[in-house]
Amino acid sequence: MIKLDSKVPEGPIADKWNNYKSSQDLVNPANKRKLDIIIVGTGLAGAAAAASLGEMGFKVKIFGIHDSPRRAHSIAAQGGINAAKNYPNDGDSIYRLFYDTVKGGDYRAREGNVYRLAEVSNNIIDQCVARGVPFARDYGGLLANRSFGGALVSRTFYARGQTGQQLLLGAYGALMKEISRGSVEMYPRREMLDLVMIDGRARGIITRHLNTGEIERHSAHAVVMATGGYGNVFFLSTYAMNSNGSSAWQCYKKGAAFANPCFTQIHPTCIPVHGDYQSKLTLMSESLRNDGRIWVPKKKEDAQKIQKGELRPTEIPEEDRDYYLERRYPAFGNLVPRDVASRAAKERCDAGYGVGSTGLAVYLDFEEAIQRLGKNTIEARYGNLFQMYEKIVDDNPYETPMMIYPAVHYTMGGTWVDYELQTTIPGLFSAGEANFSDHGANRLGASALMQGLSDGYFVLPYTIQNYLADQINVPRFKTDLPEFEKSEKEVRERINTLLNIKGNKTVDTFHKELGKIMWEYVGMERNAEGLKKAIEEIKTIREDFWKDVKIPGEPFNVNPELEKALRVSDYLEMGELMALDALERKESCGGHFREEYQTDEGEALRNDEDFTFVSVWEFKGKDKKPELHKEPLSFEFIEVKQRSYK
Amino acid sequence: MNLTLKIWRQENPQAKGRFEKYDVKDISSDASFLEMLDILNEQLIHEGGDPVAFDHDCREGICGACSLYINGRPHGPDTGITVCQMHMRNFRDGSTITIEPWRAKAFPVIKDLMVDRFAFDKIIQAGGYISVNAGSAPDANVIPIPKENAETAMDAAACIGCGACVAACKNASAMLFVSARVSQFAVLPQGKIEAAKRAKSMVAAMDEMGFGNCTNTYACEAECPKNISVSHIARMNREFFIAKVTDSAKK
Ligand SMILES: Cc1cc2nc3c(=O)[nH]c(=O)nc-3n(C[C@H](O)[C@H](O)[C@H](O)COP(=O)(O)OP(=O)(O)OC[C@H]3O[C@@H](n4cnc5c(N)ncnc54)[C@H](O)[C@@H]3O)c2cc1C
Ligand code: FES
Repeated sequence: MIKLDSKVPEGPIADKWNNYKSSQDLVNPANKRKLDIIIVGTGLAGAAAAASLGEMGFKVKIFGIHDSPRRAHSIAAQGGINAAKNYPNDGDSIYRLFYDTVKGGDYRAREGNVYRLAEVSNNIIDQCVARGVPFARDYGGLLANRSFGGALVSRTFYARGQTGQQLLLGAYGALMKEISRGSVEMYPRREMLDLVMIDGRARGIITRHLNTGEIERHSAHAVVMATGGYGNVFFLSTYAMNSNGSSAWQCYKKGAAFANPCFTQIHPTCIPVHGDYQSKLTLMSESLRNDGRIWVPKKKEDAQKIQKGELRPTEIPEEDRDYYLERRYPAFGNLVPRDVASRAAKERCDAGYGVGSTGLAVYLDFEEAIQRLGKNTIEARYGNLFQMYEKIVDDNPYETPMMIYPAVHYTMGGTWVDYELQTTIPGLFSAGEANFSDHGANRLGASALMQGLSDGYFVLPYTIQNYLADQINVPRFKTDLPEFEKSEKEVRERINTLLNIKGNKTVDTFHKELGKIMWEYVGMERNAEGLKKAIEEIKTIREDFWKDVKIPGEPFNVNPELEKALRVSDYLEMGELMALDALERKESCGGHFREEYQTDEGEALRNDEDFTFVSVWEFKGKDKKPELHKEPLSFEFIEVKQRSYK
Repeated sequence: MNLTLKIWRQENPQAKGRFEKYDVKDISSDASFLEMLDILNEQLIHEGGDPVAFDHDCREGICGACSLYINGRPHGPDTGITVCQMHMRNFRDGSTITIEPWRAKAFPVIKDLMVDRFAFDKIIQAGGYISVNAGSAPDANVIPIPKENAETAMDAAACIGCGACVAACKNASAMLFVSARVSQFAVLPQGKIEAAKRAKSMVAAMDEMGFGNCTNTYACEAECPKNISVSHIARMNREFFIAKVTDSAKK
């Protein structure tokens, strides 16, 4: 039975983190060298944590799927990173960033954690600039900002459309520095396949070397999972192909509870699906909504003609266009949060006003912005995104409006952690997108990069130290202990079982089947009937998978099909938990929209009385129903309101 | 579209590789090049064959994982993009496409079209960073940086570390890659402090890892998917020169 203690420190919200830091336990420098920390994941959270802990003097081992840490999924983030610097003098503050994040998350996040995030946001920008991140600047040489959804201030720092790349390269540089200093050891092309526990604490991992297939054992005093989100359960998403939630799932099965699995973010501005051979979806950054206006035809006849290719968007006069976000949400207009924008697009398309050959697209139009600012300015702001769009769609967005549609993009849910980012397994920490901590039911744009770096640069270095303070007399662990033996054996058996099925259907076939069900029933709109159906269908696919999957090749050597199969076998279980969680949460909030619970105007209708809690799921064994625990949320520093962007 | 693919197959790093021919049919011209390879692989699995191994992840031109040498050019016929961003409309129906891995001594083949680019990380470890620790940074706006410098730094920092420059170069030199990192930091006040030392140690690491010399043919710039300019090489040479002069003055 798990115990949930959020460990949020006492005191006024603005003092909590300081109070924590001034009363935490420390480890002296000589002892740090004797303590090993495993970090799984080289994205912003993992790279930043490894570099910082290495700088402090701990012995760090970092693992990643890629040949180089720089290829982690964080590299793909485009739009920007938030901070409460208030450089534009438009009324921003730490409190306002905190407030916007809690409100944006539809009051389903923990106040203490979010405040800390807002508090360290400014240090992140300082740190990145010191490390040579080339953020955009104004002519006076100072840092520039742009606006993102869900905020009325300009607080987003950016490096063209490649902010994630630049932040990751900054953290990667620091990591490389520590590797050359000898404090961090890098294990590239390793996939974690199990967590090893000794006497109830996380003490190591089992990995597979993706080039040689070798199964390896690694031990440490503490383990950090910074393995990213699980959105690839849906098959089609904006995630990189190798992103996966498997390590969180392995830890879940060892006792690390999983929080809010149903909170997934569907991003409103992605390039629409074009064919069944499609492997992934491409995001068009939210920053485009600073200048682009979203619309569909006012008349259904026009929409139908466009779908048939008989009419072009540029031929539709201004008065026949429905700028539905500006119409429905005059205060925030095109900059409403993602969940609201996505649902509004779906609503219009379902009603028959969608465009493109499938009718599943809306326009994002820059005509007015180009007239107002000139093509050069638009090119300077979004040039690389426009180029990316043109290469994929073969259409010039300077001349015809872009076509966009919502796609799976981020998972707010994840491994449950307390204020120290520690999971329900002592010694196991989770950082970045892999944990559930800061975004409630909906994440605001430019806040994931902030959270990843906050966790890695500024939170874990303190909290892990606090955990390790009483471990200084624990000697390094040998990997020939029976616990390692057992874990490795299980991993090998799992691989052999998969390879020996020798069925008829490829891994992707199963993954696509699962993805269709997830998108249909556990996607943008959910209802009880659909969710029950999803649970049943996922079970059927799972049974079929274990009977009929076909994986070529051997366990040793490079084997991408085996890698995928291991992950898909986990998705086939995670998908079910996501549906179950969505079924149990009988309210609409943020990215979780239940058809049964909406206002007369079609907005999400929360049920604060019964659902102001974090859903925390505990694994109870194979084929057994997991147990739902509730971490109640209380709001002392923010007044809980109906979220309105009108 | 129907196509014939001539693909480099190599079991493992030790094996002797060879070209194999495959036919793929009814490929949509809207499919991406990697999606076309996905289709081939599904076909191979069904036929009981071994799917072709190739590196990829983001599939949107930013992670630098994809690395195919297509019809004699890194990242294929289109310019300014990676192979994962290239769509089949760039090819003619009925044509034959030759697909090879990057070929360079410093990038050994792992399997088929995958190569090991660990050498790039080694070069960065030699000094491709600014030596500051977390927690010690002053306010970000304390040092204004001319917009022009910030833009130049960003131009250089756009490098995705894919290695196309090395694959394009007849000497398999990594000069463009190294200079992009050196140049990014050399134009920023925060990076200037270590600039000369950085240039020297990164160039030394490059030589050590088995990359060739730069003989100014500029094939790297022409094939770079991010259009990184060879002007960064000139800037690096300046820093390198300063380092050498300082060294001999010290002696
Ligand atoms: C297209 C796109 C654009 C985005 N734009 C923005 C933006 O503008 N602003 C913003 O704030 N956020 C943005 N996001 C979200 C943000 O990029 C991610 O949430 C964030 O980068 C996640 O960082 P991370 O460090 O938690 O994980 P990741 O970067 O996903 O890293 C995960 C790491 O874990 C490793 N790993 C995973 N599983 C295993 C395993 N089993 N064994 C070993 N290693 C493993 C991987 O190799 C990788 O190194 C965007 C996301 C996408 C998809
Ligand atoms: S797959 Fe990431 S750049 Fe091509």
